Parts: sequence; structure tokens; C-alpha cells
Amino acid sequence: MAKLKLAIYWGAACGGCCVSVLDTHEGLLDIVAAADLVFWPIALDVKYKDVEALPDQSIDLTLFNGAVRNSENKHMAQVLRKKSKILVAYGSCAYMGGIPGLANFFSREDIFKRAYDESESTLNPGRVRPVTKNVMKEGEIEIPEFFNDVYPLSQVVDVDYMIPGCPPQSSRLAEVFMAIVSGAPLPPKGTVVGALDKTNCDECKRKKSENKTIKRFYRPWEIEDDKETCFLEQGVICLGPATRSGCGVRCVEGNGPCRGCYGPPPGATDPGAKMMSAIGTMIDSNEPEEIDSIIEQIVDPAGLFYRFSLPGSILGRKLL
Amino acid sequence: MNFRPTIVAFLCNWCAYTGADLAGTSRLHYAPNIRIIRVMCSGRIEPSFVLKAFQQGADGVLICGCHPGDCHYQTGNYRCLRRFKLLEKYIAQMGIEKERLKLEWISASEGKQFAALVNSMTLEILNMGPSKIMNSLEVEHLKH
Repeated sequence: MAKLKLAIYWGAACGGCCVSVLDTHEGLLDIVAAADLVFWPIALDVKYKDVEALPDQSIDLTLFNGAVRNSENKHMAQVLRKKSKILVAYGSCAYMGGIPGLANFFSREDIFKRAYDESESTLNPGRVRPVTKNVMKEGEIEIPEFFNDVYPLSQVVDVDYMIPGCPPQSSRLAEVFMAIVSGAPLPPKGTVVGALDKTNCDECKRKKSENKTIKRFYRPWEIEDDKETCFLEQGVICLGPATRSGCGVRCVEGNGPCRGCYGPPPGATDPGAKMMSAIGTMIDSNEPEEIDSIIEQIVDPAGLFYRFSLPGSILGRKLL
Repeated sequence: MNFRPTIVAFLCNWCAYTGADLAGTSRLHYAPNIRIIRVMCSGRIEPSFVLKAFQQGADGVLICGCHPGDCHYQTGNYRCLRRFKLLEKYIAQMGIEKERLKLEWISASEGKQFAALVNSMTLEILNMGPSKIMNSLEVEHLKH
């Protein structure tokens, strides 16, 4: 059987997704035995023009990690869509916008002002800002245009599958990859793969009671975790009820509350809305003033509930 | 521009919707800007319903349920109240003025109060102007 052609690319990403591919350890040998890596900027020196020169549909599988933040990300997303049979949004950023997506609380101007005028380490009396084209005597240089918004991959090109996670669990990637190699029938387009169909609470081993009630919220550093009771029952916000399982509840196993990187469970479109719904049930008060004072303890609900999913959520960004 | 606000209202079946019905059968006149969606209980209203309404361009969202203690399902309206309080804080962070989202209790006999509520909310939103959401969502459309 001919080897598959595999490409891995990063948009607005931290590099952790690419490292998660390496984290398959010996599994990587199986991947390399079954596939030729034709493009992988973190590991191989392949130029964009080489990818652009490939025939259409000649890459069997592309794992695109990272969000779309600038015109370079967008261009490569479009090129890879054209060249690939299967395009996978790999990781929370490509799937929902991820951590870079938190920039959607600001506009491009807000970000430039902070980065090029106000930040403590900046000295920029001429108020120089990046421009996309610059002509100098050696020639013209062009840098990518910085968009006002951050986009998940699916808002820019058609995406076949999504693998969630920040980063995705390497063992899940190996499973998905081997399923593709084996020629098994693929799930319908748009499916979230490499994850399960329940919430993290269903997988979590901590002790839970039927009736969760919360009188006071704590931030994780304000309370000593007893290491066995449900975080929510201790008053620490854990996004388990609004998060798809599949990660192995690794954060909670490590005594940290779930932050929601696997995105909403099946059927829920908006993870933050799901979380507000769940917490609304748990707050132990019927008095408007008391409810206000309890909710006041949630300092930044938008940032907390949409940490990995702002651009892919219903509202998508702070209104301008 | 002649701005006509659109207000999406979620009314519970047992009190608020019956109250709105009473306003109708009593031939009360009130602002026609409201689009009523009947739900079985205000506790059924998920935050995503409200966000979806704003995303689709609603200038305001009104939620009405039974008065505290009167819920047909005992505690649905309290759940609604807590979710409303969370939503209120969230939408303020997202740049939606909190006056655009209202929660009021309307009993089955309060047709008059319902009509007055719709009038006052419509007037308030008329004075605020349209929701900014359409501008914000159409800043850049990458796919096309």
C-alpha cells in the first residue's frame, strides 16, 4: 500500500500541538511507517512555495493547529484546504479559537496600542505601527496583515474533522491516525474525533453528591483542596459539566479544576452558556441580593467560561 | 433612520404567557416590537437561547416567569433568576448593555402589567438605539 501523505501546520499557536504529535513517543514510528510527512514547519524545512506547487488533493491528511489571526494563517489554511483530502482542525485553537482567541475581548487597535505604545518595556515615541508593505532600497518587504478578530479554522475554510484539546491527548491522535490508515469507514464530516461523547463529570472519579449547592465561590488559591471531593462542591469553579470528555480528566487527576479545553459536549453549541446554565442550578440562594453577592465572587465569567472557545462561541467577540 | 427595535421575549407557559394572553383578550394596546416565544417554564430558558437571540440581531431580550414562590414546577423561576444574573454579568463583559436584557415576573392575571412592561422596555431600547452586534459580527468575513 502506498504511504499516506501527512502535513502538519500551525496557525496562531504556541507549538504545543506540534509537540503533542511528538509526544506519541514510539507511536510516532508507526505514524512515520504509514505516512510520509510532506510539510511540518516545526520539524522539516519545507517552504510555502513547495506546498503551493503540490497538485490539489495530493495530501491525504492535514492536521491544522492554531487559530487564524493574520493573513498568513488564512492563506495557508486556504492552500492546505485545496491540497488536502482531509483537513482536521487539531487542538482547541483551530477548533474554537483557543487561548489566542481571548484577544477577541479587544480590537486590533486596542492590541496595537498596548503592544506598541503602552507596554512598560516599549519606547516608541514615533508611534510606529506595523505596516503590511514596506519599501526600502533593497526592495519591498511584506508582512502578514493582523486581523481585527481571531477565527477558528472552520470560519475560514471547510473543515472535515475536529480533534479538541490544549493540546490533544497524544494517544487519541495515534488512535485517530491509525483508524485513517486502516481504511476504516470515516465518521460524517464535521464530527469531533479523538474525544468521547459525555461530559468530563461522567469520567471524573471525585466524590460527588446528587445535590450540588454553592454558597461561596473560591478561586483555586483561596482554598485547600481536599483532593477527593468534586471541585464545584468545594466552591471552586470546574468546567467539567460543560466540557466534552476524552482527555482522561487529567487536570482534575492532577488536582486542578477543568478549564474546558475539550470544548462543549455533543448537543451544546456554546460551552460558556452551558456552564452558566449548570452553575445557575447550583447557586444556593433564591434572594436576588444574595445571588448578586455570590456571583460577584466570579471575577471574570466571560474569560473563565470561554477560556478556550471565545471566537467559536455564539457571540464570538466583544462587541465593538 | 426609522429604528424599530426587535425584542425577543421568552414567556413561561403557566404565568407570563397567560398574562400576555390576558393582555390580548382584554384588547390592550401595546408596542408591537415584541416576538414572543412560549416555553414551559422560565427554568427551561438556557443562556444559549438568550445569546442566540442577541446574535441573530435582537435589540433586547425579555424573560418573564411566575412570581417567586408561584412556579408551576416549584423552583424553575429561581433557576432562571440565577442564570439571568450570570448572563447579565457576561453580556456586560461582551459589550451588550445590560438594559437590553430584562427579567420580570408576570402572573396570569397581570395582563395590564405585561402591556406596560412591553411599552416601557420598547421605549427604553428605542432611546438606546440598535444593538451593535450586526456591526461587530460583520467586521471581517473571511470565508467569502
